[in-house]
Amino acid sequence: MIRRALLVVLALALLAVGFTGDRFWLQFMGKAMIGCIFAMSLDLLVGYTGLVSLAHAAFFGISAYLLAGLSNHYGLVSPVATLPICLAGAAFAAVVIGWLSLRATGVYFIMVTLAFTQMLYYLFNDAPGLGGSDGLYVNERPFSGRTTAYFAIWSALVIVYAVLLRVLHAPFGHALVGIRVNEQRMRSLGFPTPRYKLVAFVIAGTLAGLAGYLDAALYGFVNPAEFGWRQSGLVLMTVLLGGKGTLHGPILGALLLTFVEHYGEQFTVHWNALIGALVIAVVLFLPRGLAGLVHARD
Amino acid sequence: MSFSLFGLQVLNGVEQGLLLFLVASGLTLVFGVLGVLNFAHGSFYMLGAYLAFWISAGTGSLLAAVLIGIPVMASLGFLVERLAIARLYKRDHLSQVLLTYGLVLLFNELQRALFGNDVHGVDAPRLLAFRIPLGSAQEWPAYRVFTAAACIAVAALMRQVILKTRFGMRVRAGASNAEMVEALGIDVRKLFSALFSAGTALAALAGMLAAPLTTVYPGMGENVLVLSFVVVVIGGIGSIKGAFFGAMLVGLSDTFGKVLLPGLASAMVYAVMAAVLLVRPRGLAG
Amino acid sequence: MPFSRRTFLGATAASVAATTRVFGATKAKLRIGLLLPYSGTYAALGNNITDAMKLAAGERGGKLAGREIEWIAVDDESDPAKAPANVNKLIAGEKVDILTGPVHSGVAMAMMQIVRQEKTLTIVTNAGAQAVTGQLCAPNVFRTSFSNWQTSYPCADVMLKDGRKKVVLMFWNYSFGQESMAAFKEGFTKGGGTVIKEIAVPFPQTEFQANLSEIASLKPDAVFVFFAGAGAAKFVRDYADAGLRDKVPLYGSGFLTEGVLGAQGPAAEGIKTTLHYADSLDNAQNRKFRDAFKTATGREADVYAVAGYDTVHALAAALEKVQGDASAQKELIAALEGVRIDSPRGPFRFSKAHNPVQNVYVRQVKGGKEAVLGVALKNAEDPAFGCAMVK
Repeated sequence: MIRRALLVVLALALLAVGFTGDRFWLQFMGKAMIGCIFAMSLDLLVGYTGLVSLAHAAFFGISAYLLAGLSNHYGLVSPVATLPICLAGAAFAAVVIGWLSLRATGVYFIMVTLAFTQMLYYLFNDAPGLGGSDGLYVNERPFSGRTTAYFAIWSALVIVYAVLLRVLHAPFGHALVGIRVNEQRMRSLGFPTPRYKLVAFVIAGTLAGLAGYLDAALYGFVNPAEFGWRQSGLVLMTVLLGGKGTLHGPILGALLLTFVEHYGEQFTVHWNALIGALVIAVVLFLPRGLAGLVHARD
Repeated sequence: MSFSLFGLQVLNGVEQGLLLFLVASGLTLVFGVLGVLNFAHGSFYMLGAYLAFWISAGTGSLLAAVLIGIPVMASLGFLVERLAIARLYKRDHLSQVLLTYGLVLLFNELQRALFGNDVHGVDAPRLLAFRIPLGSAQEWPAYRVFTAAACIAVAALMRQVILKTRFGMRVRAGASNAEMVEALGIDVRKLFSALFSAGTALAALAGMLAAPLTTVYPGMGENVLVLSFVVVVIGGIGSIKGAFFGAMLVGLSDTFGKVLLPGLASAMVYAVMAAVLLVRPRGLAG
Repeated sequence: MPFSRRTFLGATAASVAATTRVFGATKAKLRIGLLLPYSGTYAALGNNITDAMKLAAGERGGKLAGREIEWIAVDDESDPAKAPANVNKLIAGEKVDILTGPVHSGVAMAMMQIVRQEKTLTIVTNAGAQAVTGQLCAPNVFRTSFSNWQTSYPCADVMLKDGRKKVVLMFWNYSFGQESMAAFKEGFTKGGGTVIKEIAVPFPQTEFQANLSEIASLKPDAVFVFFAGAGAAKFVRDYADAGLRDKVPLYGSGFLTEGVLGAQGPAAEGIKTTLHYADSLDNAQNRKFRDAFKTATGREADVYAVAGYDTVHALAAALEKVQGDASAQKELIAALEGVRIDSPRGPFRFSKAHNPVQNVYVRQVKGGKEAVLGVALKNAEDPAFGCAMVK
């Protein structure tokens, strides 16, 4: 109960930022909320289904690049037209990559997803026709002005939270948790576990695409660095810092990391060591992440 | 491509693969027996290279650098295992990835603080400072041949240790079933410490041997790390033999990818890995 | 010793406090944003640019047109994915009067997107992407470093004069490499040369053996390459180790040897490159600058430091024309356009597209040092393709 109340307060506080009109905070918190969506979508795989994917940044990037392509080449800008196309693109990529990767399990699964991310990274990085290493501009953005973009991102965050909550409380969500705990048993109970895993992979990939779309819409700039294993690793770190297997954990993680990056950099030149130490400390002493602290008080 | 150029490219690929094998062998050992995905392996490689640069600049001898550096790095590996890794054996892969990634960030800062951001060259030992003609137009430095030979020697030595010694027997047993080893009264903790130190020393040795060939620079570990993961996974986790063939495959496909399909060269290695895993989901040896 | 920005900021703050007490606070501080890498591969470049900027400010008594300076540095990590957020931090968050940086051209592209809208006065201190003073050129954006074209196009002429007609191109396959090669090829084919093969090496890979064997079998007159930093250090060593140095002469844009001559050692002997600066340039400005930089930091100055140094001096000269009023942007831009400085690199002014007009020198490595052979292209001006400010 307390947790739910805190989340509502947080949502309202984030909403309030939208009315300040402060150009810095609009973009800063906008970015933080995109991080929340991205991390929550990954948590569906990592925390609930037990699939550690390093391909997650790929879906973020594909959707972002699709928006750039649609806007620059076809003059398609309105979110009504572009959002479904970009999400469909991310979903399609998730079907293909997921279908191929899910043939492997455990560490091998992690590595196949790494391979696909890297292939896409190099594809976009090396080809000048796709923007090359300098990236691309989104010439016309779907949302005019930072305030509009901010409210769009806020709404997306609330919707994604609601959708994931719904999915996880449905029988489908329980089946995913069952697969994480004991896939063998789920299979013997008659669940087509490979299909369940693929569906989870595609839902997560599509939501990552949503995060990518919003990012490209907010900044109007896409770059191959958004693909790649570093980005995938960063979002994994976000989920774990916050606490996997919960929906509010990734939100906590994303907000925390955004602020640590912003203020840590001013605090010391060796701020990367600071993040390293933070990560190590959380792994060793807070295995359930920051959300674990909240649970302890419940 | 002429036949002689083809032969030369095969040599290039094998040579690249051998050094990769040396890095990957330590990774696959730790991975296979301890079950730990160690992202800091690349950092050990980098620190090894920096030690080679620093000590050989002071003493004028790369051999001295290896003799001093290996014990230093093995001790570092021991400390890291006792203080951090040992707490993770019962935890999932994700925690291990994250913790060792945190270590990567720490070691990067350590390198910056100790050695700065410059690129450094390391000279090959004077004995080996000559070149061997290869075909009509190209030459190979003797040191490149020496490192290839050293990698083969280490591979052979590892094979002997693993197949013929008591330590090797325990390692093999640990790789297949850690609980049984424990039940047999072998102190798994000591075994794991020793193995992690050995893995660290192997990475550092690779970095030291590679230093005169690659030059020494910040971030050098990360490029090697990702490629070694590819090698380990292609080969099948925990298998030294698999890592050897994986390294050859990666070295050759990278070499020929660059020559035959330059536009797709960078994605080549990953495409090969994906292909291998789609056919054999547990690697070549799995 | 690694340079600490914080200690420097602290020292500046202390001296500021002292002067304010004497003169009273007359004018607000000038807020200069630095978007530069202080960690990662390019950290050394970021530190040199920063230190040289502060050196130049120190030479002017720590003030530009009578205004104290507040430096606001952000570590951009050379990560384009984080660049939009970092630029937002400096422009919308810190509200800097003037934005400077970056090193990485992907970061520069992200920066351009924002400063073109926000109209922040921006001085690019390294990134050579053509678009910055080409397609994307803007009245409020200047560059004090170079365009990729300037570092490579003049080398074509140098090679043709040396009698190299059939060449192989080899480069890192990212925008810096791609643009350098395009510029070189333009000049080389126009002058009657032939490119027999272009070898693109994935960035930032440093495994060159396969391609060296290719070069050996092709037997060209010469090879023109683009590599920089650690990749350049390794490439030059590998090239010599393969026995190619004495058979097929190596040419490149100056970044092939900048900052890595020590690491390359004797392998670099004889390599000819073109660049708008050389450590050994024989002019009074350069000697003074190099001595001062060495005294201040204990390190040798380089081409990156020169750009930082000139940035502050150009800015100071322009600000004096507008009595330090950075908000009078139109007048300040006009003043910058009229700036002429005696830079350590030689005469310097801005073109209509706001890129430096500067000499490009031919350099050759002799005895482990960069010797200047002459001027490859006098007052080289980037063609500024696609820039609307150039008629």
